[in-house]
Amino acid sequence: MKKSYKIEVDCANCANLMEEAAKKTNGVKNAIVNFMTQKMEVEFSDTVDINSVMREVIKNCKKVEDDCEIYI
Amino acid sequence: MNKKQKKMLIRIIIATILLIGFHFIPMTGVLRFIAYMIPYFIIGYDIIKKAYKGIINLKPFDESLLMVVATVGAIILALYNEAHAQNGDYVEAIAVMLFYQIGEFFQSVAVAKSRKNISELMDIRPDYANIETDGRLEKVDPNEVKVGDIIIISAGEKVPLDGIIIDGSSALNTAALTGESIPQSVEAGDEIISGSINLTGLLKVRVTKSFGESTVSKIIELVENASSKKSKSEDFITKFARVYTPIVVISALLLAIIPPVVRIVIMHSPALWNIWAYRALTFLVISCPCALVVSIPLSFFAGIGGASRTGILIKGSNYLETLSKIKTVVFDKTGTLTKGIFEVNAIHHNKIEENKLIEYAALAESASSHPIALSLKKAYNKQIDMSRVKNMREISGNGIIADIDDLEVIAGNEKLMDKFNIEYIKCHSTGTIIHIAINKKYMGHIVISDIIKPESENAIKNLRQAGIKNIVMLTGDLKKSAQDVAEKLNISKFYAELLPDEKLEKVEELIDEKNLLAFVGDGINDAPVLSRADIGIAMGMIGSDAAIEAADVVLMDDNPLKIAEAIKISKKCLLIVKQNIWFALGVKFICLILGAIGLASMWLAVFADVGVMIICILNAVRGLFIKK
Repeated sequence: MKKSYKIEVDCANCANLMEEAAKKTNGVKNAIVNFMTQKMEVEFSDTVDINSVMREVIKNCKKVEDDCEIYI
Repeated sequence: MNKKQKKMLIRIIIATILLIGFHFIPMTGVLRFIAYMIPYFIIGYDIIKKAYKGIINLKPFDESLLMVVATVGAIILALYNEAHAQNGDYVEAIAVMLFYQIGEFFQSVAVAKSRKNISELMDIRPDYANIETDGRLEKVDPNEVKVGDIIIISAGEKVPLDGIIIDGSSALNTAALTGESIPQSVEAGDEIISGSINLTGLLKVRVTKSFGESTVSKIIELVENASSKKSKSEDFITKFARVYTPIVVISALLLAIIPPVVRIVIMHSPALWNIWAYRALTFLVISCPCALVVSIPLSFFAGIGGASRTGILIKGSNYLETLSKIKTVVFDKTGTLTKGIFEVNAIHHNKIEENKLIEYAALAESASSHPIALSLKKAYNKQIDMSRVKNMREISGNGIIADIDDLEVIAGNEKLMDKFNIEYIKCHSTGTIIHIAINKKYMGHIVISDIIKPESENAIKNLRQAGIKNIVMLTGDLKKSAQDVAEKLNISKFYAELLPDEKLEKVEELIDEKNLLAFVGDGINDAPVLSRADIGIAMGMIGSDAAIEAADVVLMDDNPLKIAEAIKISKKCLLIVKQNIWFALGVKFICLILGAIGLASMWLAVFADVGVMIICILNAVRGLFIKK
């Protein structure tokens, strides 16, 4: 299951950090942050609740870059 | 500029004015310190906040934290100087913070702007479709139009969805899709694709694909997703960024401790802690790898955007990178170097009437969509009665056997005739020869030939100029016709009479790790080869899902000149990437050395950092502009 989210992040290095943080979140199989198009593509593991996983993703991303937004 | 950027700009201006203003106001002691802290907090409060979060989240290499350590360190040094001599230099710390913020601000504005520019250039998205209901025109969202609906396109409007013209004729500008500037004339019965612009007449079009499935949506999706597929250069930079900051920070720490200790213990001279601390702080200012991290994806994005403007769709940054290293280009002759439009040119040694021979051949091939079959059907030029054809069997690459009107018809090449032990007469013309036997008796052959595209000769020449050492042509056709084309186009290496799976084998043979290989096909029956090659290039396949799926590069029109152009674009893009990497790394390295030996002040360090980033961003955007 793959989903694409609109994000807002100012610096490219922070985008990379967000990608790493999202990848490490439980329930996320893979994540790609595209700084240029300001999108985050998240691939979820099977049988997870997408909404709660995304809440974790946002929490983890905020830890590495306080100034980022992910629009669900 | 968005709200955040405007706020930042105001903070930058206020801090600058205060900083300059204080320079002219005579102040001393605590008052002076407090006064200078005002602009420091105005410009840096968000960084300080982030730094605090960095500490809480245990991120010792957080960029903001390092900036705060550097500037607070500089302020403490200034206080130390104030205590020992006269006025300490607070300006430096504030200036470093100020320039750092200017750099971030510029990055944010420049990236947003170039992103917008690139997206606008690629904006072929139609805003509305005109639908006719009860004789009245109504503007609706293209998403709401269903397959089979009739839409009206006036002159000057974008074609919103793919469809077939049922009434009217016009000229279409397909420049946004193919890069081709000569308008294409269309009339009733022609298929038109979304994203092109109707130039002259009024067109009535029956929609054949929903908006999500239409060409324009597919192209937009493809180009937008392209920059998600990361190149090796990007991976390198990401990995580099991960180690760069820790290394610089640790060196800064060592620089602050080791030399003073050495001075005390070995040289028995004063430690000069403040001087070495200052040099260490200079290191921290240069510790952010931002210029590199932002400019590399931006370069690729610009390259992909620039290429798409000329009708070359590159499906990922990684493919753009591989394309620049291609040394071998393999063509599947038909549809790439030749037009792929076959025509019946001659009929030889026929034992029955020419029309009859064509009729049997067309009926035998009636189920095939291969160009040869199409040309036979075209030559027959009558409705095909499929009920006359039974028991059809295709012998891949050789031909077809079918029962027509209870006669066994064998239509195919020499190999097929050999297989059934049918004596045939060899043909001396070049082209595809269809031998026909009825009830195992030879009835003559039909010569079908293909035409070389007018651009092919220059396309091969340009490829050689672009550094392609090895050009190979593959074809299923006879050796003679292949040789004919190869000689005309000056291609020394070709392999003929290949079955589809033999083409794959040949490509596998030609692939070697040092010399990357691109395969150019017309998208018919060559999906496995397209995906096996290092780079698969599909030509002129607007709307063909299989080709778009299997290929890494899709050429929107069937002009072979675009292949050399795609390679040139990729080389330019990679050159920009390399320039940015070396330039940014070089300047940082020089600053680190100058900082370590005390020749670079924090001023120089922050200037270098911001300056490098600006130059790299501007350089990256260059990739968007492609000479026509």
